[in-house]
Amino acid sequence: MVYYRPMAKVTSETVQHVANLARLSLTEEERSTFALQLDDVLSYAEAIQKLELADVPPMSHAGTVERFREDSPAGELPHEKVVAAAPDPAERLFRVPKVLGG
Amino acid sequence: MSALWQTSASAVAEQVNSRALSATEVARSALDRIAAVDPALDAFLTVLADRAMAKAKAVDETVARGQRLRLAGVPVAVKDVLDIEGLPTTCGSRILEGYRPPFTATAVARLEAAGAVVVGKTNMDEFAMGSSTENSAYKKTRNPWDRDRVPGGSSGGSAVAVAASMAPVSLGTDTGGSIRQPAALCGVVGLKPTYGRVSRYGLVAFASSLDQVGPFTRDVRDAALVASVLCGMDPMDATSATEPVPDFVEAMGAGAKGLKVGVPWSFLTEGVDEGVMAAFRRALEDLRSAGATIVEVSLPHAHHAIATYYIVATAEASSNLARYDGVRFGLRAAGAKDLRGMYGETRDRGFGPEVKRRILLGTFVLSSGYYDAYYLRAQRVRTLIRRDFDVALRACDAVATPTSPVTAFRFGEKTDNPLQMYLADIFTVPANLAGIPGLSLPCGHAGGLPVGLQLLGRPFDESSLLRLGHAYQQVTHHHEVLPPL
Repeated sequence: MVYYRPMAKVTSETVQHVANLARLSLTEEERSTFALQLDDVLSYAEAIQKLELADVPPMSHAGTVERFREDSPAGELPHEKVVAAAPDPAERLFRVPKVLGG
Repeated sequence: MSALWQTSASAVAEQVNSRALSATEVARSALDRIAAVDPALDAFLTVLADRAMAKAKAVDETVARGQRLRLAGVPVAVKDVLDIEGLPTTCGSRILEGYRPPFTATAVARLEAAGAVVVGKTNMDEFAMGSSTENSAYKKTRNPWDRDRVPGGSSGGSAVAVAASMAPVSLGTDTGGSIRQPAALCGVVGLKPTYGRVSRYGLVAFASSLDQVGPFTRDVRDAALVASVLCGMDPMDATSATEPVPDFVEAMGAGAKGLKVGVPWSFLTEGVDEGVMAAFRRALEDLRSAGATIVEVSLPHAHHAIATYYIVATAEASSNLARYDGVRFGLRAAGAKDLRGMYGETRDRGFGPEVKRRILLGTFVLSSGYYDAYYLRAQRVRTLIRRDFDVALRACDAVATPTSPVTAFRFGEKTDNPLQMYLADIFTVPANLAGIPGLSLPCGHAGGLPVGLQLLGRPFDESSLLRLGHAYQQVTHHHEVLPPL
C-alpha cells in the first residue's frame, strides 16, 4: 500500500496557525513570504511521498546504543549561577510577566 | 623559514613541549595575526586576548614543571555555539544577547586540559542554520580567497580563522555539513566525527540527532592530533559513545595501501560545477597513486537526503529552540502585557528570518495532520539512507564525493531562495542522517577558488578516512597553498 497525502498548499493562514503553535509573532509580510518559501520546500519534499515505506522502520537517531545511568543527582549547576543568566532574575527565581491576559 | 602564525598545531605542540618556543610567544603571534587580518575578514565575534595570554602563561608553567601536553600552546578558535563559562555565547543570534553560560563545553575543556589556548569565538549562521554564514545577526564573514564571496557555513568564522592562519586549529559543528562545506569553500581540512564521538555537553543544540563537534585544521596530521584529544565518552552527554578512541596520529600513518575508495557516480550526476568535477576526478587519480583502489558504489536513496534532512532537522530545531522564550536566557522583549505576548515578541525580535523559517517548517511537519506524511516518512527514508551506506561501506572503506557541488558563491547570491541554499548541501547531509564520519580535504582550485574532496566512512572508523587523507596529502600540495592576504 502506498501512503500518499495530496500536498496541502501552504497559505498565509497555515503559516499563522503554525506561528501560533511556535509562539512566533509575525508581520503580514513575513506570513506571505514564509508561505511561499515553505510551499517551495514542501513541494520539493513531495518526492518522498512516492516511496514505498510500509516495511521500513523509522530512525530517530544514529546512536549505536541506548545508554542509561542511575537516576541519582550528580554534576548539578549552582542554583544562583543558573538564575543569574536570566534576563530578569528574582533572587532564586525567574520573574515573568503576568500569565493571564487582560 | 615560515612565520610563527603559519606553524602547524603538531609543530607548535612539539616545540612548546621541548621549550624551543613558549606558549606565550605563540599566543601573542596568533593575536597579532588576528589584529592584522581579521578586520578585513570578520571571522571572530569575540577575541579573548587577556584570557589567551593568561592561559598560555599557565601552559608554559606546566611545561616548565616537566609535564608534556598533547596540544601545548596550540591556538584554537571556537565556534560561538560552544559555551565557555562566563563568556558570551551568542550562536550568531540576537536572542542570546547578554547570555553568559554557567558552564564550559566538554569539547573546549578537553582541548584546554591538553594545553590548547582559546584565542576567540567565531562567527556563524544563526543557531548553525545556513550554508554561507550570512545568517549571522552580527557580521558578514568573508572568504579569504575572494572577499566578495561567502566562506560557506554554518561554521564560516572557524573555517576562515584557519584558512587565514589566525589559528592552526578551530572547532566547528556539523549538523548537515557545517564543518565540511566551509572547509571545502575555504581550502582547509574539516573533520566531522561519527555521531556520538565527541561530547555535546555545552554545545547549544540545533538538531540533536544530527549535531556533531569537530575540528578545522590545515592538514590531516593536525586533524588527527586534535581528534585524538576531542573524542571520547563524557558522562555529561548521554549520547556520547563508549567506543574506544585510537591514537589517530598513529592510525593515520598506516597509509592508503589496501584501502578501497568507492565513488557513487550515479549520485554525482546533477548540479556539480565542471571545475569541481575536474578537481574531484584528479583527486581520485591522486588517491590511486597514493595506494588506494577506486571502485564504484551506489547510494540509491541519497538523492532524497535533502528533503529528509530539512524535515528531520527543522522538526528537531523547532523543539530545541522552544527554550528561547525570554525567561531563562538572553533577550527579553520589554513592555509585553502578558506572558504569551512576551514569548511572541521576544522570539520575533530575537530570531532572524532563516531561524523563523526553520521553526515554522519544523512545527508544520510535526503538527497534527502532517506528522505521519512528513516527519514519520522522513524518519523512514533516513533508515534507507543509512542502509545504503551500510551496503556501500561493505564494498569499500570510504565513499568519495565532492564536498560541495559548487565553489564559494557571492554574497546575496542564494539568500532570496532558501531552497537553492539548501540544495548546496546535497553531498554533506547524507552523512549526518546516517551518523557516519566525514572528512573534507582541499583538492585543488576551480576559477581560483578552493574545491573540497569528501571522504565518508564507517561508524567509528575515522582512522580509515585519516589514513586516506594523510596519504593523499603526501602526494599532493593543495593543503599548502595559502590564500593571498
